[in-house]
Formats: sequence, structure tokens, C-alpha cells
Amino acid sequence: MAVETRTTLPDELCEFILEWKHRPGNLIMILHRVQQHYKYLPEPVVDEVARLADLSLAQIYGVATFYNFFNLTPPGKHRIAVCMGTACYLKGAPALTEELSTTLKVGVNEVTEDKQFSLLEVRCVGCCGLAPAVLVDEDLYGKLTPEKVQEMLDNYQEGA
Amino acid sequence: MAYSTYCLICGGTACESSKADEIYKRIQAGVSEKKLEDQVQVVKTGCFGFCEQGPIVKVLPDESFYVQVVPRDADEIVEEHLNKGRPIDRLQYKEKAAVVETTDQISFYQKQVRIVLRNCGFIDPENIEEYIARSGYEGLAKALFDLKPDGVIRELEKSGLRGRGGAGYPTARKWAFTKDTKATQKYIVCNADEGDPGAYMDRSILEGDPHSILEAMAIAGCTVGASKGYIYIRAEYPLAIKRLQHAIMEATERGLLGEDIFGSGFNFEIEIRLGAGAFVCGEETALLMSVEGRRGMPNQRPPYPAVKGLWGKPTVINNVETLANIPVIMTRGGDWFASIGSETSKGTKVFALTGKINNSGLIEVPMGITLRDIIFNIGGGIPKGKKFKAVQTGGPSGGMITADYLDSPIDYESLTALGSMMGSGGMIVMDEDDSMAGVANFYLGFTVEESCGKCVPCRVGGRQLKRLVQKFVDGEGTQEDLDKIAEIGHWMKSSSLCGLGNTAPNPVLSSIKHFSDEYIIKEAQ
Repeated sequence: MAVETRTTLPDELCEFILEWKHRPGNLIMILHRVQQHYKYLPEPVVDEVARLADLSLAQIYGVATFYNFFNLTPPGKHRIAVCMGTACYLKGAPALTEELSTTLKVGVNEVTEDKQFSLLEVRCVGCCGLAPAVLVDEDLYGKLTPEKVQEMLDNYQEGA
Repeated sequence: MAYSTYCLICGGTACESSKADEIYKRIQAGVSEKKLEDQVQVVKTGCFGFCEQGPIVKVLPDESFYVQVVPRDADEIVEEHLNKGRPIDRLQYKEKAAVVETTDQISFYQKQVRIVLRNCGFIDPENIEEYIARSGYEGLAKALFDLKPDGVIRELEKSGLRGRGGAGYPTARKWAFTKDTKATQKYIVCNADEGDPGAYMDRSILEGDPHSILEAMAIAGCTVGASKGYIYIRAEYPLAIKRLQHAIMEATERGLLGEDIFGSGFNFEIEIRLGAGAFVCGEETALLMSVEGRRGMPNQRPPYPAVKGLWGKPTVINNVETLANIPVIMTRGGDWFASIGSETSKGTKVFALTGKINNSGLIEVPMGITLRDIIFNIGGGIPKGKKFKAVQTGGPSGGMITADYLDSPIDYESLTALGSMMGSGGMIVMDEDDSMAGVANFYLGFTVEESCGKCVPCRVGGRQLKRLVQKFVDGEGTQEDLDKIAEIGHWMKSSSLCGLGNTAPNPVLSSIKHFSDEYIIKEAQ
């Protein structure tokens, strides 16, 4: 069997993992830190985390797959999150998902072919006064209508 | 230094995302450019609550309430109002085309009583001095030196405070259980995993007044004998996390957290643990599993966490809003608190009033107020002259309440009697255009996705219930389907392991009960 080359984690991540290694209940905090760095949890990295933190892969994947927040595949460059809180749902969020999905030719929880956008439906983002709301990365678009979707996307097109 | 004018800018998430920060910076820059720093204090506060009208800028003592402000208005506010003392009519909030003189007179605020949100929109949440100036950490000192553990429990008992997470368990009893259990280590856990879609009460408290939570946790610690606290918060709340971290640092620097607090010998430290997007983690035993870094799946109770909780040690778990009440109960006394509210439910409740309503926002009302008061006075009624159809409380666990019950007082018991529940505070108004089967289907979609899969009634029952309700949404439902929904609903309610499964059928069952005409039976061909 071929010997796998081991991924080396950046120093800051190693330090974080070693700092948390002996603290009780560390796994979720470690995964948050790793995902913050890579935007998802790449397989070779998870192997290395398991080794450094002395955790089993089963434990790590058990947790990583249980929680919605963790991604096992790389997300698009921009994250489009349609709020599906009840207020947004009532005020037309499903139509926004549909419009985005058609415009970008992508399904929910998928990444566009050019890897520019991930389309997600998320739970309440806590801006019910601005319903329906869509988050693109950190930018919030409130009281959005399907007609304004293209205009919003233009802000994130390459070269824009 | 005494300022003559205060300019408060809302820094809640909704306003922040509508460029409140830019407005804040421009006003601040303008104030220093005009050399007004000695007279005008510019403060970015927590949520004002009136999210519909955000971003909001308030100028005191003139009581000017500027709404829907955009960054370019900042220069005018500085030049005209802060410099020349002339309020800007164009930006002022108006009711019936007239400027409202003071904030208290705005109908959105008139019937509100602010205990939990006492500091939100008044203080700079990133400055501990401002919290202390409003009697902050006095409750902790009183608990440590004056009341002592038994006295704290006595005050809580008198106050009648009940858990604001939804179930309404008396807080005094919860704390007393943990206090009376002998153990070498005990824990205090704050549940800030606000997962109910359409609710953001806890987020606003944490963003607007983080020290109130730290103080309350320390009070709980000295009462039950715990030296360590955890705040379990959604990773989706970056601003709240940032403000909490800052608050913990400030409090620790001043010796209000850490070792030997106030020289009393009492030690207490607080750590933040992040959630990762699982609604079931709002259930207390699942939450503890998650704090331990594991899959958040509920466990059978008893034993209750108060006796056997985090890492098997006695643990007090309280939700954010419950905790925010505690420092004031300590300083003003349990009797004062009990004077507010209804017979069985004391104090106030914070609701996120949203949906088809004119003034959506965050409100705090005394228990016992009627739904009509909330929806038509505070909320300003239904937009576009549409007809009110139902109001939904308790999120995916609650039920629909119809127009016939608008005059019912709101408290734990009455909402349950109406087939809904208090829940954590989501209050969603629906008008004549909204399909009740559609809404029930929406909630079921949520609970099915969020079921942890541990117990059969919830895992399998939820999915089947969803499939049947979908048939009615598509106009394909039969009488047999309707009977089946009732049957599955009954079994889920009575035999699921935790609250998620127990309450998941509520939205569909209550919508069938009140809006049976929307569940049309397809005639056999």
C-alpha cells in the first residue's frame, strides 16, 4: 500500500489544537477553528486533526455530519444564504430561492459550476423586520424581491 | 465630564446590516470635525426593538427619533441637530403624519414594560462602565454579601420567575435542586442556542446587554456553589459572540469574574462554547452533550441536569432571557417583580413580533397583556388593509391562535389552553392570504430536518406526518389521511423522547382544529 503523504497543518492551527487537546469537550471548538481556516473540513486535514488531538475519525465524522454548520465539501467563493425563518417564509422567501436557483442554475446546498456561489437556505438570521432577507457572505439584503436578485448578484460577479 | 447631548445609534444586527455602523462612524467623525466632542456623546447601543423602521438614531435629551436613516443623513444630523440644535423633521418618526414628541408616546412603545431590555438601546454594550452606572453588578454584590444562597432562592421564589425558554419551570426550584445536591463540582450553563425560526430575542439581549447575562450567571454560581459557567451560543451569531467575549474580558479585568470576586472568596469563570446549527440542542440534555463536544442527542430524564448534568455534575441551565431578569430581581426584590404580570406568570416576556404586521420588531410586554393589544396597538395592525387570520406562538412547537381568542391574556397557562404555548418568544402574524396547511407544512419540514433521529416516534412519525400534510397542500388529501394525521400526532406527542418530537405535531393539529376548511378532502373519482 502506498504511503500517504501527510498534510501539515499551519502552525496556528496546530497550536490551537494542542491548546485545546486536554480541555474537556474540545471537538466542536476545534472543528470550528479548522473550518474557519479552510472554509470546510478537507479529508486529509481531518486525518491530521484526529492524530494531533488524539480523537478517532469516527468521533470526528460523527460530530461533523450531525451539525449543519460543518461542510465536508468545498463551498463556493460567495455564500448566498436565503433566510427561511417563518417571517421570511411568509413574505416570499421561497420565491427568492427559486429565482436564485434558476438564475445560477444550481440547487439548494449546491455550488455553481464556476465555483463562485453556494446556495443555501438557512434558519432565521434574526432580521425579521427586513423580511424576506438574503445574506451574501456578510452583506444583508432586506425586503428583497425576485426582480432585484440579478442586481444583487451583479455585485459579486468577477471583475465587479 | 458631563455631556449636554447624547446621540444613540442602534447597533443591533438588523440595523447594523443596514449600514448603522457607517452612520455611526460618519456622525462621530462629524462631531469631532465640529469640535463637539465635549458636548455630544455618540454611542452605538444594542437593539431599540423597532426593527421595521431601522436604522434608528435617537438624540437625547430632545427625544428625536430618527428612522430609516441612511449614511448620507449623518452629515445633516451633525450639522443641523447636534451643531445648531434644530431637529430634522424629515427624518423624525411620524404617526398620522405628525411627529411624535417623545419615544414613550410612540404607540409601538406605549404598552411595553422594559425589564429584560432595560439597557438595550441605552448603553454601549462594549463599555462595562455604562452597565455599572445603571446598577450593574450590584445584584451580584447583594447576593454575595447580603442575601447569601438561601436569601437568593427566597427572592426568586417570591418573584415567581419562570423559565423563559418555553416550558416555564420555576427558576427558584431549579436552582434549589442544584444547590441542595452535594458535589465537588457544579456548573452553570446559559442556553443561547436560539434556534426557533422567526425569533431573535436572545440575540438582541446578548448584543445589547451582555453583562446582564454574565452577572446573572455569577449570581447563580454563588447561590448553588458552582465555580464555572458555560455560555452555549449559536455560531451564526458572530456579533453576539464578539460582544460576549469583550464583556467577559472587561469583567475579568475588573475582578467581577475570576478569582475572589469582591474579595468574598468566591471564584467564578465563564467560557463560551459554540453551537453548530442543530435545533435539537435547545433541549437541555442535548445541549449538554453538545457542550461536551459530542453529537447533540437528548437523553431520558430523570435524572434532570439539576442533579446530574454536564459531565455528570449538577448543572443549572437557564435561557438568556430568564437570566437577564435575575440581576434586577436581586436589586429591586422579588416582591417588586411579582407585582408585574398575571396570577400565574410574573414579570414580562420579550417577543419577536413579525410576519404580516405593520410594526415588526422586538417587544417586551407585561404578562397578561392581550394578543389584541400586541397586534393592533403595539404592532399597528395588518398591512395593506388585509384581514387578520391567525397568530402563531412557540415556533415549530406551538400552535395557531385565531381571531376568536385575541382577547385572551398572554401567560403560560392560557396559551397552552389555546393549544399553543409560550415558547421562546416568536410571535408570527398571518393574514388572509396565508395558507394554514402551507404554514403547518413549513414547520413540519423544519422539525423533520432537525430531528436528531434517536427515537422512532419523532424520526419516523415526523416524516410520515409531513408526507400526509403535503398531500393536503397539493389538494390530494383524503379523509383517511386526516385520521392518520391525528393518530400519528397523538403518538408523537405522547411517546417522543424530548420536546422536539413531543411538540412537532402542534402546528398541524392546531391548524386542522381551527381551519378545517383548508384541509379539503378530495372526493373519490
